[in-house]
Amino acid sequence: MHYSPVPMHIPDGFLSLVVSIVCWAASASIIGLAISRTNKALGEKQIPLMGVMAAFIFAAQMINFPVAGGTSGHLLGGALAAIVLGPWAGMLVMTAVIAVQGLLFQDGGLLVMGANILNMGLVTTAIGYGLYRAVSGQSKAVRLSTAGIAAWLSVMAGALFTALQLWLSGTSPLGIVIPAMLGVHALIGLGEALITVAALSFIIQTRPDLLAEGSESAKGGRGWIWAGGLITLVVVLISPLASSNPDGLERIAINMGFINAGQSAPYSIIPGYTLPFLGETALSTIAAGVIGVFVVGAIIMLIGRGLKAKS
Amino acid sequence: MHFNAFDRYHEKESFLHRLDPRVKALATVVYIISNALLPDGAWLAFISAWIFLIAANLLSQLGIGYTFKRSIIALPFALIAVTILFSMPGKPVFTFQFLMWQPVVTDAGLLRFVSILIRSWLSVQMAILLVAVTRFPDLIHALEHLRVPPILTTIIAFLYRYLFVLTDEVIRLMRARESRSAASAGNRSGGGVLWRAKVAGNMAGQLFLRSYERSDRIYNAMMSRGYTGHLYTLNPHEMKSSDYFVTAFVVAAIFIVQLNGRL
Amino acid sequence: MPVTHVINSFEMPECDGDVLSIRDLYFSYPDGHPALHGVSLNLCRGDKAALVGPNGAGKSTLMLHLNGILSGRGEIEIAGQRLTRNNLPAVRAMVGLVFQSPDDQLFSPTVFEDVAFGPLHMGLPETEVRTRVDAALEAVRMSTYRDRLSHHLSVGEKKRIAIATVLSMKPSLLILDEPTAGLDPRARRTLINLLRELPITMLVSTHDMALVKELFPRTIVMDEGKVVADGLTMEILDDEELLTAHGLEKP
Repeated sequence: MHYSPVPMHIPDGFLSLVVSIVCWAASASIIGLAISRTNKALGEKQIPLMGVMAAFIFAAQMINFPVAGGTSGHLLGGALAAIVLGPWAGMLVMTAVIAVQGLLFQDGGLLVMGANILNMGLVTTAIGYGLYRAVSGQSKAVRLSTAGIAAWLSVMAGALFTALQLWLSGTSPLGIVIPAMLGVHALIGLGEALITVAALSFIIQTRPDLLAEGSESAKGGRGWIWAGGLITLVVVLISPLASSNPDGLERIAINMGFINAGQSAPYSIIPGYTLPFLGETALSTIAAGVIGVFVVGAIIMLIGRGLKAKS
Repeated sequence: MHFNAFDRYHEKESFLHRLDPRVKALATVVYIISNALLPDGAWLAFISAWIFLIAANLLSQLGIGYTFKRSIIALPFALIAVTILFSMPGKPVFTFQFLMWQPVVTDAGLLRFVSILIRSWLSVQMAILLVAVTRFPDLIHALEHLRVPPILTTIIAFLYRYLFVLTDEVIRLMRARESRSAASAGNRSGGGVLWRAKVAGNMAGQLFLRSYERSDRIYNAMMSRGYTGHLYTLNPHEMKSSDYFVTAFVVAAIFIVQLNGRL
Repeated sequence: MPVTHVINSFEMPECDGDVLSIRDLYFSYPDGHPALHGVSLNLCRGDKAALVGPNGAGKSTLMLHLNGILSGRGEIEIAGQRLTRNNLPAVRAMVGLVFQSPDDQLFSPTVFEDVAFGPLHMGLPETEVRTRVDAALEAVRMSTYRDRLSHHLSVGEKKRIAIATVLSMKPSLLILDEPTAGLDPRARRTLINLLRELPITMLVSTHDMALVKELFPRTIVMDEGKVVADGLTMEILDDEELLTAHGLEKP
């Protein structure tokens, strides 16, 4: 049976229409760019290659290894796809995978697919390739460790974007969803990093000529390094900021009109993110975040284990 | 050995099965958008939308509870929204003991949470129905008609075609690993996490190589039949009068649902 | 070490006009590994020839030259036309190459789309494409499979559909790589009957010596990149020395 390797596929209903449309617009433009760039790079072989690679990523997501206590590590594949195929082809391949997961298996919704593609297909490949490209001339050890870090960061970035979309849709408060998503995915990202490094090491050992860095035409420009670095910066800066000062971020977002008041009760800031008995202190906010991570993370892992046992 | 878990299509000769795939795809998307537009607590609209869904279930001849049974899949994600119960400001409804805390569930929170669940549940069922009454290759044609870029639809077509082949290879790789995952008395078995990750990575790498080489052979096969870089396809779907009728009906039904949402 | 024998020249059928003419074909792979060392052979209309030899003899490599996927030094003529870079598309319509693994050959979601691929790319109008698809499926006795999904078929069914995918281009020459490999006896029998009935010039590479004896009046033996024997199947199969020298067994 199909099951998703990471709990990042957002179903329909959890994002507001506005957020869904904005994400679709972003994804569509980036995909459009990817299409025109790939045409130039790979030539006639691109269609069978990307097609089979998409099936590869889908199948590879089924490979697991036990981590601890019944959980297992998996591969999402964004970083790996970008490193072996090049950034643009990697994006198209991941888009196809996410599209089929949503269409055929309802793993991720249809209206929110733009967001899912953005989070799991575009952001992940951008970071994965950007960071890897930055060390492209270096020794194998450096490249492999960078690939691992890039893979971990790609998962974290996807999680962060997902969390932000959920918050902006009014589905989950910022102070909880960010620590929860990032907390859960910090561990999952570790699994991603390990498999990505191991797979890459295998490929470098057996057919290094197949990697995108070998072919000059598929290689992305230095702009990718900037893109990857920028997203990394966003992840690194926003996550702790949002966790510890969600109110501030919310205030900014409301002032800029990002959060609509929703169709029901207005979203007032102050008593939102604190535990009632602790009052409005930073400690309370952090505690709420920590509890959120604990509760959501534990439950997700339990459910994941339960589903895995059934299939 | 057939891994039929990847086939979501159920063969029947129902009215829905015979509809043009474009109509079905668009109807599904419009339904989901409609759900997203419904405000929290729009019970009348939710019920109307649900009736629409049930009617579709019946028309598909797949049984009235067909989509309901398969809709549990979206459940785990609902946990993300659980926190909205406590954090939306409003009148407290009830409070309970969780370890040493007493989270308070508010009325606004409860309303939003339940509404999210209902919208999501309705939408996922329509998506389930879509692939149950439409063959996936036809769905791909529908995407082509709806102006999805051909390179994407082609990649999706290849993905679908080789899904079974490659997952079959993964299963064989995993079985081979399992067959060699023995334990000897007195020793702790399993290897370290790093070693296990390396094995998994090798499997992925192996699969990648085989896939790459397979794509070379497929490319040769395509070239042997005249492929020179541009893919031609036939789009064998033509809209019949029943398709137009259904489109109009869906638009009207969704309109009514939306009206109910504003009452 | 290859043993060269005199090419038998008696009792070969009168040539009706060459369908295939290969003269002194040499080829080495990009990594330097030499694969073909001056291969020459002719096929006439109506010929059904088996290509046998041990693994690594160059049989598959040779076949890939016949529709221009690989190109080496030497001359290849298909139905009198010299194979060059420019007329590849035309040649590919004339040479129907069926690969060993049907999964590589059936790359579309449905059978119809796979069989239609060839004629579509030839630029034929839609009605003509449909007619050809129906005819090709009829020729392999699989008309009922038209709307089936490719990944649902058994290996034997896939192999026959794979043949249909090239028949729809109406080729002058059908080339098959290991058609009976991996088939159970029943599927193999069905395929043999099919091949027997197809009225088309054929070159078939195979390890299945019983198939060779049953269907192919002419056998070409390859080893180490060269043709080492080319003549009547009956005689070649009786030549024990020849067979052992090239890793073949009498059926």
